[in-house]
Amino acid sequence: MPVNLKLLTSSTFRLGAVYLTVFAISVAAILGYIYWNTAILLEQQIEDTLEAEVQGLAEQYRQRGPSGLLDIVNLRSRQSEGGVYILTNSIGRRVAGNLPALPAEAVGERGVIDFQYPYETATGTVQHTARAFFIQLDGGLRLVVGRDVEERRRFNDIIRTSLLWALGLTLVLGIGGGLLTSRNFLRRIDRINDASRTIMAGDLALRMPVSGSGDEIDRLSSSLNDMLDQINRLMAGMKEVSSNVAHDLRTPLTRLRARAEDALRSGKPEDHRAALEANIAEADSLLATFNALLSIARAEAGQAREGLHPTDLVPLAEDVAELYGPIAEDAGGQLDLAIPGSAIVRADRQLVAQALTNLIDNAIKYGRNAQTGAPVIRLSIEPQHGGGQAIVVSDTGPGIGEADRERVKDRFVRLDVSRSQPGSGLGLALVDSVMKLHGGKLLIEDATPGLTVKLVFPGTPS
Amino acid sequence: MRVLVVEDDKEAAGWLVKGLKEEGHVVDHAANGPDGLAMAMEKVHDVIIMDRMLPGMDGLAVISELRKDGINTPVLILSALGEVDDKVMGLRAGGDDYLAKPYAFNELLARVETLGRRKSAEPHKTRLQVGDLEIDLLARTARRAGEDILLQPREFKLLEYLMRNAGSVVTRTMLLENVWNYHFDPQTNVIDVHISRLRAKIDKEFDEPLLHTVRGAGYTIRAGQP
Repeated sequence: MPVNLKLLTSSTFRLGAVYLTVFAISVAAILGYIYWNTAILLEQQIEDTLEAEVQGLAEQYRQRGPSGLLDIVNLRSRQSEGGVYILTNSIGRRVAGNLPALPAEAVGERGVIDFQYPYETATGTVQHTARAFFIQLDGGLRLVVGRDVEERRRFNDIIRTSLLWALGLTLVLGIGGGLLTSRNFLRRIDRINDASRTIMAGDLALRMPVSGSGDEIDRLSSSLNDMLDQINRLMAGMKEVSSNVAHDLRTPLTRLRARAEDALRSGKPEDHRAALEANIAEADSLLATFNALLSIARAEAGQAREGLHPTDLVPLAEDVAELYGPIAEDAGGQLDLAIPGSAIVRADRQLVAQALTNLIDNAIKYGRNAQTGAPVIRLSIEPQHGGGQAIVVSDTGPGIGEADRERVKDRFVRLDVSRSQPGSGLGLALVDSVMKLHGGKLLIEDATPGLTVKLVFPGTPS
Repeated sequence: MRVLVVEDDKEAAGWLVKGLKEEGHVVDHAANGPDGLAMAMEKVHDVIIMDRMLPGMDGLAVISELRKDGINTPVLILSALGEVDDKVMGLRAGGDDYLAKPYAFNELLARVETLGRRKSAEPHKTRLQVGDLEIDLLARTARRAGEDILLQPREFKLLEYLMRNAGSVVTRTMLLENVWNYHFDPQTNVIDVHISRLRAKIDKEFDEPLLHTVRGAGYTIRAGQP
């Protein structure tokens, strides 16, 4: 689209045009009012004055007769500044006044007329316009009383011209200013458009221009930039996850392939059997990793949110404790339970049970006491400030260093101490996503000595 | 047992039919929904293995159709969708059990045999007996050779499930699902510990062991050597 046309179709320009129209109408109304007050009203006043004077003279005529009127007209003709007078007899000849002849326009009994008359100046005679009131008196006399309105005409012309100029100037300035501001506005919008197109084309590091004025366009740019930052963070997370997945699946797949190849080369039936059995176990563990990833993805997508129902955490914890108690005991340790009568939250029983078994499993594997080598685990449910509930799993093991406490929630993160143990590095990541799904939190804290892991559920709205 | 396999993937169906035949079952195969429905209508099968995604007609639709016609042959649903929700949907449509792909053949076999047996078992028994071990389902008590055995509630549930399926192999997953109602795999083999505790109570003092481990598959309870 050509630049000019784009400018004309821009919303700023259209808004400006509407504003300008309204503004121009108001200016015209104000100027019209001024003109009417100065010119029209004054003319009206002159007419009124003239009529009053004529009425006064007619009265004189009635009282003092023709000679009296003649004297007054002659007197006023001499004294009045700008006044024009003429009194004619029945045959139309001038008997008094300063006009040379009866104006041709003065026909009829009475009325207001505009006419031209010769006006004497120092350089000669010019035609001036006069406005007059005329009246026919008894005995065929005609009296015309007027004022020279040439000055006023000129003054009116000047006022009219300057008012029109003012209106024109207002319109020109308004249109020009509107065009300028909308072009400036449009240019900033165009810069944002250009930036977003460049970003879409692949330059993800680019950001929207911010002028620093803090106006609404700046605020728009800032929130777009915040959005881009957030998208970038998410994409970086995704990239990391997919490269982790690729890495962590490539290793077992390589083992799978190498084992099969090796068995084929050997040709011995017992080697085949061993390799096949090992490969089935490897495939199962791969599948478990996949399932864990899917569970995390599902919890993160929030699809399971409709599966949240008011659930009592107490029997849930009891069941898991009952399932794992014997495992802890077989390892020489114990699993103690400290729970209240009931603790209702909105939860998905399967997901929370899975999360909790992950925590207990971790505690049994990694939470063994340094002196005794036995896992001593305490499972409790604690009400939270503000109505929530927390499932708390503590052990007396080595704990997790403060630097690693956030990191262990990420996918495929396995601390050095755990590398010797079987596991996918997905356990806490799953717990974390399950807690996020529940609108809660996974907290990893120091139990001095040992580790405390809290699953904090928000309170149920009653 | 006569088993109907409704599965469109040729290779998967081939393995399944071969494996089940080797276990001594009579197997029929249908490669799409309408054929599967027609064959199931003959009412000659003890168990139907039904893939969820089928050409022509969805597996769940076939099951709904069967149930509408009053055919109650037990159905094991196979699906590549492993989520709990899909499982619930499958069972709601009239399926009796659900197995996510890929599965271990032993797991499938154990579930098929359990389903086939369930059909013939008397559902309203109040006492179950295997050899000289018997349990009272109403009083929740267990006795072996006249001696009372004290069991925790969960141990009783575990024993009950094993005895209801006496002679069949039950897998660890089946036990987790049916005794603990957990539809996920805990990372550690927690079931083994509970089985060994139960074994200590019902077998330790007696000459003949009743609770057997089936390598690579699960557990079974039975009297007398097979």
